[in-house]
Amino acid sequence: MTMKYLKDVATLKYDPEKCKGCGRCVEVCPHCVFEMKEKRAVITDRDLCMECGACVKNCEFGAILVNPGVGCASAIINSLLFGGEPSCGCDGEGNGNGCC
Amino acid sequence: MSEQSEKSCCTSQTITPSPCCGEKGPTTDRFVRMGDLRVPSPAVQHVGTGWSRADRWGAFRSRISAFRMQYRVEPGLYAVGSPDKTSDVFVSANYKLSFDHLRRALKGRDAWIVVLDTKGINVWCAAGKGTFGTEELIRRIRAVGLDRVVEHRRVIVPQLGAVGVAAHVVKKETGFRVLFGPVAAKDIPTFIDAGYRATREMRKVRFSMWDRLVLTPMELNPAMKKFPYFLVGVFLLFGLQREGILFRPAWDGGLSFVILGLVSVLAGTVFMPILLPYLPTPSFGIKGWIAGLLSTCATFLAGGVPLRSVLLSLVALILFPAASSYLALNFTGSTPYTGMSGVEKELKRALPLYFTALVLSALFLIIYKVRTWG
Repeated sequence: MTMKYLKDVATLKYDPEKCKGCGRCVEVCPHCVFEMKEKRAVITDRDLCMECGACVKNCEFGAILVNPGVGCASAIINSLLFGGEPSCGCDGEGNGNGCC
Repeated sequence: MSEQSEKSCCTSQTITPSPCCGEKGPTTDRFVRMGDLRVPSPAVQHVGTGWSRADRWGAFRSRISAFRMQYRVEPGLYAVGSPDKTSDVFVSANYKLSFDHLRRALKGRDAWIVVLDTKGINVWCAAGKGTFGTEELIRRIRAVGLDRVVEHRRVIVPQLGAVGVAAHVVKKETGFRVLFGPVAAKDIPTFIDAGYRATREMRKVRFSMWDRLVLTPMELNPAMKKFPYFLVGVFLLFGLQREGILFRPAWDGGLSFVILGLVSVLAGTVFMPILLPYLPTPSFGIKGWIAGLLSTCATFLAGGVPLRSVLLSLVALILFPAASSYLALNFTGSTPYTGMSGVEKELKRALPLYFTALVLSALFLIIYKVRTWG
């Protein structure tokens, strides 16, 4: 069963003009948001995007933009309370909050 | 568990006569003999593909407690089977459970494993933080002298590591081409046999009922650690009488609330994760609220929690589903499909509602107390 989160919230943007068809985005996306069609990547369903940022990191042509971050409520609450980027606290110092 | 004993429990035979460590970088005159092969590397450890009882116990402990933060293997180069210059090179995190899943998947094969220093964090989380990242991979490829260990120029990185590893940068800096392997280590043999190709199914991250179930202790444990505060609050609330704090009314009145509190914790941290795909709406907050409301009502109907007034029933119906909702929303941290924008949107809506529920509950409880005394 494919699980999908909220609609129309993902910050994923894709410029097909810049795509050179290397297929890395198809390879790295854990939700199969991209697929290849006629030697170019196309987005299948952007609501499947979890904003992990793997596609952006591996698109050397800058065709993909996304605001990567952790989809973790306690990380975001911590960020609201104490400032800084949302971080799930899995820093190896033993203060992880169970997010991984 | 010390790092030394950690190491020994996953190392079937250690052939590291070299006194230097992986951090110092290779020297050309230092070799390790592995079968017929002389490996020009600072340190290579030979590891088996089986899981010992200690490995299984470690895996279990790291699932249920903060022990995972100490469950590490030493970064560096490892050998499985009898690898040579043509053998595949796999990259892993130094979270021992990640490493163990990989070596188990390599049963019957000859391969090298390069373990990155991810501070003991699993591949996906570490990639998100950048410790399982481009720089560390480049540094580690150089530190273990990989260009002299193998003659080919490819490394197989777990797909979920792509969040931190930019393949084109690694290629440019080291000459090694990054192949992203499948999401699950168990698919590695199929991936290799298919000519380093992963099917669409192998590229997808899954979230089965079992996956969700094994994650529930991560939510249940921290919630139960805070439960004593709730117990004290309930004890004080119901125990507080004109004569002082009395045990009898605290027990009589508070027991129902304690049971409902426990049920709401279970609803938010266990029932909701298990029922995740079957509860309506994609919102975790609403899913958790539904799970909490159903559990609270079911507990009422079961008759085990006679509440003494309409006001207290109202408080229960406001407070406990809200608590379940909050705990369920926290489960977003354990799921592999919730994005930051979505969770932010949910929180913006949910936090004021949780606050309102708390204030209303407090107000009704004060009215209840005033009435019972009046």
